[in-house]
Amino acid sequence: MAQASNLQRLDTRVTKRSTMLLEQSVLRPRHDKVSLGAFALLFGEIIRYSQNRVLGIQDLEGKLNEIGKRVGLRVFELLMLREKNVHRETRVLPTLMFINTVVWKALFDKQADSLGRSTENEDEYMITDNEPSIIKYISVPKEMASFSPGAFLAGIVEAIAESCQCPARVTSHLVPADGLPLKTVILLKFSQQVMEREKRLDAGK
Amino acid sequence: MIHAVFIINRSGGLIYNKSYSDQLAQLSSNEALIFAGTFHGIHALASRISPAPKGTSDRDYESIDTKNFRLHCFQTPTGIKLIAATDLLQANIAEVLADVYKLYCDYALKNPFYSLEMPIRSDMFDSMLLKLVQG
Repeated sequence: MAQASNLQRLDTRVTKRSTMLLEQSVLRPRHDKVSLGAFALLFGEIIRYSQNRVLGIQDLEGKLNEIGKRVGLRVFELLMLREKNVHRETRVLPTLMFINTVVWKALFDKQADSLGRSTENEDEYMITDNEPSIIKYISVPKEMASFSPGAFLAGIVEAIAESCQCPARVTSHLVPADGLPLKTVILLKFSQQVMEREKRLDAGK
Repeated sequence: MIHAVFIINRSGGLIYNKSYSDQLAQLSSNEALIFAGTFHGIHALASRISPAPKGTSDRDYESIDTKNFRLHCFQTPTGIKLIAATDLLQANIAEVLADVYKLYCDYALKNPFYSLEMPIRSDMFDSMLLKLVQG
């Protein structure tokens, strides 16, 4: 008898939780968080799965980039729907600011650590994250030293830049610094047409 | 003070070995492997002949005392043994070993480049463990 009532109680709890989840509006900004441990296991498995299906490190980064793009497109749509005071940017700088603040905040609950322009090429911009939480537990082995697991992040950024009419080639690079072994730089190289358009728009002002 | 940390996998192979002081004689890598295998065997035998009735002993955590140092062993539910060699003054080693277990779960198991039962080669694990051992 006691057991039966126990079971029943468990049952109601389960249904209650699932209806809650299913009935939540997609519009409601969420403050509930995903377990980093669970995500790390999933992301680790994505890397392991991809690793068995590629030829080299570049190939692997390309695969992660592609997966990131699928995430980025959805994140973009969701943010446009959910965030107030946000509209779709079409210029380069506002797009970068949008990624740096709104997107990073929605994904990682913090802003990216810095945003800068390359000193060598004017079509290259860099977003830096000192400790990207998604790669917190990953140690890249020495024989793959050039591999950057942040390629997934680069994919997200690439999809969002493209959605903002600023297509760019986005790559990620692991740049370990003192005390920040996971410091990741995401490099955006905007396509030529974007830079030409920017110049035209600036001249017309 | 913690002299050294060893991690032994399910089948008695050494998968991690780090020494943190020079007070304990250094083991060559071969000797360390033999130590791991021997410890694993003795542990298995000792738990069979242990007079404690089944289910009452503290199965996770054990230690061996000697005159000069103490050997602590924490066994995880999956049969990984975490071993620490300490001096006789070290307190709370059970908690430290539980923290080592946490590090193992995070920085070894969640690292996509780690394969189960194989030696742990992760810079993050090394540095986090060093931080933990040094307090």
